[in-house]
Amino acid sequence: MPQLGKVVGRVWATMKNPSLEGQRLLIVQPLTAELKETGKQLICVDSVGAGAGELIYWCRGKEASFPFLPAEVPTEATIVGIVDEVRVKR
Amino acid sequence: MILARVVGNIVATRKDPRLEGYKLLIVKPVAPDGKEESGYVVAVDTVQAGSSELVIVVSGSSARMAEGCKDKPVDASIVGIVDTVSLDKK
Repeated sequence: MPQLGKVVGRVWATMKNPSLEGQRLLIVQPLTAELKETGKQLICVDSVGAGAGELIYWCRGKEASFPFLPAEVPTEATIVGIVDEVRVKR
Repeated sequence: MILARVVGNIVATRKDPRLEGYKLLIVKPVAPDGKEESGYVVAVDTVQAGSSELVIVVSGSSARMAEGCKDKPVDASIVGIVDTVSLDKK
């Protein structure tokens, strides 16, 4: 299930598993639909070119590696979209 | 994926034959701001990480997608050694 989040930082790693080569690693703070912070920050692989401070949505689990198919990227959290607008009906 | 610090290693003579030749390390999860979190994880090392290094750990079935972990009984692997973590100012 995709979740909302905000890009809050970056991680650099020169020495990494060859299957992660060329991937950007961003630190994401999960958000609720009301854009309040929730849960722990985590590292996501970026598949859409998200930038600092952007509102994004990300998915977790095995599906997180699907955007990179046929390459097999070892990730269980991937940024799969940049959010333009959120509307929550109250 | 999460950040973690290598705090120890495990020696196991009797193990699944598919794990032979792989280094098992004990890592402690770390928040991006550097605070240690509770608990420990035993992870398979794919990048020759050393003691007290900050590493990237991928968990779940995606851990098997790391190069060298195909079809191995692994649900946590170390896939990168962190050079820098940068957090945006709030």
